[in-house]
Amino acid sequence: MSSQRIKFYQTGTFTVGNRLLDDSHRTVQASMTRANALTSGHRACQGCGEALGARYVLDTAMRATGGNLIAVNATGCLEVFTTPSPETAWQLPWLHSLFGNAAAVATGVAAAMRVKGKGTRVIAQGGDGGTTDIGFGCLSGMFERNDDVLYVCYDNEGYMNTGVQRSSATPPAARTATTPAVGAEPGNPFGTGKSLPLLAMAHRLPYVATASVFDLHDLEAKVTRAMGFGGARYLHVFVPCPLGWGFATDRTIELARLAAECGLFPLFEAIDGEVTSSTPIRRRVPVDAYLRAQKRFAHLFDGDQADPVVVRLQALADDNIRRFKLVDGAGGRP
Amino acid sequence: MLKQLECSRAIAEVIARCRPEVVCAYPITPQTHIVEGLSELVRDGTLAPCEYINVESETSALSVALGASAAGARAYTATASQGLLHMAEVVYNVSGLGLPVVMTLGNRAVGAPINIWNDHSDAMALKDAGWIQLFARDAQEAVDLHVLAFRLAEELSCPVMVCVDGFVLTHSVEPLDVPAQDDVDAFLPPYRPVQVLDPTDPVSIGAMVGPEAFTEVRYLAHHKQLQALERIPQLAADFRARFGRDSGALLHGYRTGDADTIVVAMGSVTGTIEVAIDELRDAGLAVGAVALCAFRPFPLAALAGALGGAQRVVVVERNLAPGLGGAMASNVRMALRGQPIPVYTAIAGLGGRPVTRASLRRLIEAAHADAVDDLTFVDLDNDAIDRELARWDERRRSGPSAENMLRDARRAR
Repeated sequence: MSSQRIKFYQTGTFTVGNRLLDDSHRTVQASMTRANALTSGHRACQGCGEALGARYVLDTAMRATGGNLIAVNATGCLEVFTTPSPETAWQLPWLHSLFGNAAAVATGVAAAMRVKGKGTRVIAQGGDGGTTDIGFGCLSGMFERNDDVLYVCYDNEGYMNTGVQRSSATPPAARTATTPAVGAEPGNPFGTGKSLPLLAMAHRLPYVATASVFDLHDLEAKVTRAMGFGGARYLHVFVPCPLGWGFATDRTIELARLAAECGLFPLFEAIDGEVTSSTPIRRRVPVDAYLRAQKRFAHLFDGDQADPVVVRLQALADDNIRRFKLVDGAGGRP
Repeated sequence: MLKQLECSRAIAEVIARCRPEVVCAYPITPQTHIVEGLSELVRDGTLAPCEYINVESETSALSVALGASAAGARAYTATASQGLLHMAEVVYNVSGLGLPVVMTLGNRAVGAPINIWNDHSDAMALKDAGWIQLFARDAQEAVDLHVLAFRLAEELSCPVMVCVDGFVLTHSVEPLDVPAQDDVDAFLPPYRPVQVLDPTDPVSIGAMVGPEAFTEVRYLAHHKQLQALERIPQLAADFRARFGRDSGALLHGYRTGDADTIVVAMGSVTGTIEVAIDELRDAGLAVGAVALCAFRPFPLAALAGALGGAQRVVVVERNLAPGLGGAMASNVRMALRGQPIPVYTAIAGLGGRPVTRASLRRLIEAAHADAVDDLTFVDLDNDAIDRELARWDERRRSGPSAENMLRDARRAR
């Protein structure tokens, strides 16, 4: 697949349109021959970013491997909404074991494939809770052993399946069921949380990338690139959650785009532990534009005066922009 | 052919002859020599093809085995004690998914207080996780049971835990016969999974099951255990026919025929019990013993048969179920329901305390005269306990009990 970056200058939604492209540049998802690995009829909420992301990830990986692929899933929304037995939305071999062990199970599947010489590749996938919290031990082990697994985290910044509780991927100030918007410092405390992509890079993985469901060409390109490497790879996909974040279900893509364009979710790739490229922000927006669109940040905007917390969040975004060089001459305020 | 071997080394060699395709390991005493042996056998090409994976925790060790098994590979791991509890969630998951993983458990106490020595607390903690649990009487049976375990596991698609007393068996060095490769190959056919992750025929394994079918799926776990009740004696007979020795059974009876008092136990302590039985027989007491090999499935009918003529039963168990007594005795009572005979529970050998012939003789003699309590602790130092209880009464901040009692014991010495 070509990795040429197509620039779209549509007006309005900025939605990337396949119809403007040559067949060879269209997404896997736009192809009649896509695997449909995660097929229709599942029970995801309307507007689910994770369902969208997973469909693109798996079909792209299926194309990259000629359909010779096995998926391992952590417990979570993706597992639950796709498989109330005997129904299953998976059209590839799929294994779910537990919440915290997907990476280790995937190691086992990959080992079996290697010993049998079948050349079958393995994807492990989970939400941010299953990845950054309970599954992190197993994941770090899989990383350092460099087992031949692509681990994909669909990050919706909280435990949505259990009713929107805080995870270590929940952003500062966000209201969740366990970080309520009450008290002196409403929402999730500042100074907490971790960046799994950076932790993955610290393991010196051959390939680490972040992606988002607002740029599905980019997501597909990164999956394809990831499948071109052997060993442990990590892809962190930003997937807005209408239910957990409190926004209308037709704004998933818009929210994903705003998160990137304000700098809070940087898009980048890293090879052997070094950042090799980042996606420049085309139309930089202040964090307000992203935060105001979500009920989980509503407490920052209910007073007469600007909440100083918004300034702190802007500083986090600015730091990302500087660190990942997301804007030419990065560092200035939008 | 007999060779002077450490039991753990012999287990590693027999595992290699069972040709597992994926072996994963996280070190924990007293399991270490087994997985060290296997790492060498994989490195030097003796066991091939095989992927040997050093993982970062017991949860991962069994998870890797789970994934490998679901992908159609024969998978093995070993653990003990805290390690088994660390992987507890995966232990249930492997059996729930019906994956025939074989795991050696080097039986060891569970802390706190931290203790690396032998008892059966670990196995008893997960006795109802849906695994078949086989207990080895001696080092040779520990070796042999693994061959039987793979065959049984794969026939039933049910995981098997081979329980080997830590140190007492795992670290014993004695003449052992490691079953020959040809014989193992003849006894143990290649693994043919009943479910497998296969891109040419995709299935979803591990999907959510609601109230409409959960009971039925769980029933199947029980059904497999009932099947194992039938298959274990048959496989033990096959094993005897091929290898010429009695390894593996539901249970082994010892001089039970006309016994009025029968001692029930598991693991290496059964050897000492048999010696004590011989001595008591010489002294004219009608006593016998039963060594349970299968604890799950629990051989209710076979045990009821073996205990048939007894007037009383003494269960010697190397675990403590605080608030009840022992995990084994309540199971043994199930085999004797409807029979109005006493079942005495004797807690012995916790955390590696030696269970001596003399102590056992005293216990069995007393029980034979119905002169023991329903629950008795063998060789319990009552003075040490009284002193600590006094400290509790004396002041609120009495300090950590383990340290107090050790200091006490040192002073007494």
